Amino acid sequence: MKAAILVFPGINRDRDMARALKLISGHEPAMVWHAETSLPVGTDLVVVPGGFSYGDYLRCGAIAARAPVMDAVRDYAAKGGLVLGVCNGFQILCESGLLPGVLMRNAGLKFICHDVHLRVERSDTPFTRGYNAGQVIRVPVAHGEGNYEADEETIKRLEGEGRVLYRYCSADGVVDEASNINGAAQSIAGIVNDRGNVLGMMPHPENHVEDIMGCTDGRGLFAGLVQHLEKAA
Amino acid sequence: MKARVTVTLKTGILDPQGKAIEGALKSLGVDGVASVRQGKVFDIELAGADKAKAEAALKEAADKLLANTVIENYAIELKA
Repeated sequence: MKAAILVFPGINRDRDMARALKLISGHEPAMVWHAETSLPVGTDLVVVPGGFSYGDYLRCGAIAARAPVMDAVRDYAAKGGLVLGVCNGFQILCESGLLPGVLMRNAGLKFICHDVHLRVERSDTPFTRGYNAGQVIRVPVAHGEGNYEADEETIKRLEGEGRVLYRYCSADGVVDEASNINGAAQSIAGIVNDRGNVLGMMPHPENHVEDIMGCTDGRGLFAGLVQHLEKAA
Repeated sequence: MKARVTVTLKTGILDPQGKAIEGALKSLGVDGVASVRQGKVFDIELAGADKAKAEAALKEAADKLLANTVIENYAIELKA
């Protein structure tokens, strides 16, 4: 795996992501500064990590989405390259137009920082092949704006095309209002674009990959990506 | 030339911040508040005096950055 992690001013989960990728793929990812106009040659995964790019000024992810490197990411995604955006990364991907919809202020207005359960909706994608369909995983969230919204037609299309890959749920996998931590439409925690090569998700799988973290449920996402890339190579 | 761009949430978009402000006004005892929707105001100073050019630049600014047109509307107001 030749992963490239984008780095914007104010991003703070970039090193967590680098550590997780190194641990699971065995390869050190490249850190790519936002002012770059190209990605390293041979990049097979672009990661937009979490944090608070540009202090969340204007709207979360709005300024980072217009950074020079994002043009390179758009070209890369248009050619089918894999892109993973986590937390602020998801917000940046929505603001950049690579994913539909928007992440609004949490319905309860509070910053939410604790473990949540996610139901993996399908296992036949590069981003979920490390899990079984219907499997429940536990990963942390840390966000104030994670309330996914889109117009009715977009939501219908996302559901119809099976593009919701991760959904907030209870410990036993029930998707209900009580487990929908931020009020997201359809309890959406993670979606892919129409081509299936760009995933955005609010929770942090990179923070549940080692025993010392108390849980390793996040490993499956990265292990699945490694497997997918090995098979493709 | 001076201008003001006002960005507001589209109708039907849930506005948790507006709701919280509405609740705060009610708890302050401000009478007659039926509902609150919050938004943003940008005061922009433009170089040059060409009105058409200024309007075009402001529209570009709003479309490209100031507003997320998925959820927000904007209004441009040029001042003399």
